Amino acid sequence: MEHTTAESHVHHPNYVKIWAILVVLLIVSVLGSMSSIRGVVLAAAFGVAVVKAYLVAKNFMHINVEKRWVPYLLIVCLAFMVILFAAVSPDVMRHSGLHWENNAAKQAVESGMKNAPAKHE
Amino acid sequence: MSTAAAKPIANTRSATGIPSAKLITWWVIASEIVIFGGLLVIYIMHRLGHPEWGAEAAHTNTLAGALNTFVLLTSSLCAVLAHKAADAHDGPRAAKLLRFTALGGLIFLCIKGFEWTTDIHEGFVLSSGGFWSYYYTIAGLHGLHVLAGMIIMLIVAADAAKNQELQRVECIGLYWHFVDIVWIFLFPLLYIAR
Amino acid sequence: MQYLFTGMAMALIGGFLAYVFRMQLGFPNQHVPGFGLVTPGKYNALVTMHGSIMIFWVAMPILIAAFGNFLIPLMIGADDMAFPRINRLSYQIFLLSALVLLASFLVKGGAFGGAWTSYPPLSAKGAYNLTPIGASLWLVAVALEFVAFLLGGINFTVTTMNSRAPGMKMYDIPMVIWMIVLASIIFMASAGPLIAGAVMLLFDQTMATGFYDPNRGGDPLLWEHLFWFFGHPEVYVVLLPAMGIVAEILAVFARKKLFGYKTMLYTAWATGVLSFVVWAHHQFVAGIDPRMANIFSVTTLLISIPIAEMVFLYIATLYGGSIRLKTPMLWALAFIAEFLIGGVTGIFLGASGTDIYLHDTYFVIAHFHYTFVPIAIISVFAGITFWYPKMFGRMLNDTLGKIHFWGTVIAFNVIFIPLFITGAAGDQRRVYSYSQFQEQMVPALRHLRTTSTVALLVMLSFQVFFLINFFWSLRHGERAVANPWKSTTLEWTVPSPPPHGNFAELPTVYRGAYEYGLPGRDTDYWPQDAPN
Repeated sequence: MEHTTAESHVHHPNYVKIWAILVVLLIVSVLGSMSSIRGVVLAAAFGVAVVKAYLVAKNFMHINVEKRWVPYLLIVCLAFMVILFAAVSPDVMRHSGLHWENNAAKQAVESGMKNAPAKHE
Repeated sequence: MSTAAAKPIANTRSATGIPSAKLITWWVIASEIVIFGGLLVIYIMHRLGHPEWGAEAAHTNTLAGALNTFVLLTSSLCAVLAHKAADAHDGPRAAKLLRFTALGGLIFLCIKGFEWTTDIHEGFVLSSGGFWSYYYTIAGLHGLHVLAGMIIMLIVAADAAKNQELQRVECIGLYWHFVDIVWIFLFPLLYIAR
Repeated sequence: MQYLFTGMAMALIGGFLAYVFRMQLGFPNQHVPGFGLVTPGKYNALVTMHGSIMIFWVAMPILIAAFGNFLIPLMIGADDMAFPRINRLSYQIFLLSALVLLASFLVKGGAFGGAWTSYPPLSAKGAYNLTPIGASLWLVAVALEFVAFLLGGINFTVTTMNSRAPGMKMYDIPMVIWMIVLASIIFMASAGPLIAGAVMLLFDQTMATGFYDPNRGGDPLLWEHLFWFFGHPEVYVVLLPAMGIVAEILAVFARKKLFGYKTMLYTAWATGVLSFVVWAHHQFVAGIDPRMANIFSVTTLLISIPIAEMVFLYIATLYGGSIRLKTPMLWALAFIAEFLIGGVTGIFLGASGTDIYLHDTYFVIAHFHYTFVPIAIISVFAGITFWYPKMFGRMLNDTLGKIHFWGTVIAFNVIFIPLFITGAAGDQRRVYSYSQFQEQMVPALRHLRTTSTVALLVMLSFQVFFLINFFWSLRHGERAVANPWKSTTLEWTVPSPPPHGNFAELPTVYRGAYEYGLPGRDTDYWPQDAPN
């Protein structure tokens, strides 16, 4: 019979320091998103998001201390999402294919771009 | 609400080495990855195919989004400090920190409430078109998970204050961190117009 | 138990629905006894609900939830599930979902009539499907059922991973338990996008959003992808537990070790993983990119390999065994034979070229009934007749069991073989009457349809034998000993039926689950928990 009380096998890093880094990253992403260079905006928005997610997963969730198959399981779930994207996007994301055209979608894009050009960049 | 006496032996065994409560939490997180992941993948597909949505997305309140990100990050900090307290068998401190975490969730929902009220007043509702349908659905689903997390957290805190079921502190913390990570990705996807 | 009886009740309803629409197809436009006239709208609702009920409220609850709940704690040597209260919650949510679905029969417009696949815009606009309230109730019912099975499945997985008896290593776990756990994992990984998609469809139905409406920026093809991304793994979710049940029975009644336990396990995993990359074979004619269709054709044909492998393992298990033809064994053998036909006819549908002709014909219906009926009916009867002594403490009458078996299996074949022929001859699915289609009204085809309908009536009548056997034996059957079939697995070491807490003394496990036919021992089987 095993005990189920919390086991202190995790080494607790300085959580407030991690939090401070996360907040700094947040500010970077907001400032970066105001740039007019598309690449900077994307890096600031998504690059930072990936880093923040990693920090939370590693330091707050202690995912690297868990048994190995736990992060593998989560990565496999993400991989299925990539497969979903890869197989569905040719039909849904693109608006024309070998023998078809999605006229409704094309019109929506055209009229949308005409009426309200994006304020950022 | 101690149930230690009524737990089946099945609950206390651990052939994998991971306590069952934590194991079930990881599986729940895995299933949530495919739910949110599915929804986000669909949204991304549409977003990439509809550049005109950028104009719509410009109307989202980026400040509110950023503020909410800050609130959730801070509440995550409280959650992990609660875990640290639970590891040290300090139930009352863990309960206090969990309650702060839940408070963070409440602030998150209030900010969202203000934000959505403004959006709706400006005429952007669920049926306003492609971008807004996805925006409300995704953020709404996330908000429901925040709410559910808060409720479970308060229940766990009630037990923890009596130094009972302390292993659950880490588990609800894991769930909360996951909800935080989803928001970390929602923020750029929904708020930062491209 | 609750799952078993709810599933059985829903099976009766699903069977009744099949009776009504087959009467319409066999004897078109005539008053159906016990129902009335089948209008086109009613026909749509009948086929929709028949499909939905049989898959979601009969196959899944009985195969996974009922057998899982009963067998997992017993077979791994635990006193209960790891989280009994979550278990209870998942049943309550499931029951709610069944009640919501049944309520949809009573609302204005009646039950949903947009096919179990619920494609928009038919399913999104009440003006098209004529069952607007039923459509939303259907979605809510399915969503609730998903939540119930997510919770339940995760509980099963954690229990099997963690709560095993000391000494039970991973390769000592009986095959049926592995299969139920695998099924739960596959379900969990595939249901997510559909849950998201179902919420979006519900919004389209009720909140004027346009997720699947091209005029509003949406795409109906998106729903198809989301549905089948779940829908195809779903069939393996129900197939694997069925194969697990058959595996258990074959080993016991051939008095022989299951051949290739590890191989079977790995091929089951491979099937599970592969099942996630075959889904668009349901959409070959829907307008997907033809290059996508090629890829999915290849993967679909590939996935027949691991399944065939598992069938070979069954045959290898039987070879050289000392076969006892009791009722459970008859059902298990029938599973192999019938599923083989289902699998082979699937090849014609997996190849996109032939599928273009056969899609949406009765050939498809016959194919999937040759897979689903073995899964949802044959293996279920196999499992019930096998574990009934353990569940209820009484033996079923073997003679009645055999009569029921032969009547059901022969009739089943007579229902569906004609449908292969009519399908290849052009009978389209979801058509309530062919009276306007001259080519389909030739006498040969009409006679085949009538034959099919009459065979269904025969099959349904034979179920009476089962019901009598089941309920009569509860009170008057011969009392069952702990291990009437002389099996090695742990559930047979406890009294029949098991007491609360299952085991008076929790067992320790010393070996695998299939030690049969061992030379030099005085009995031909070696239980898992016997020290020597």
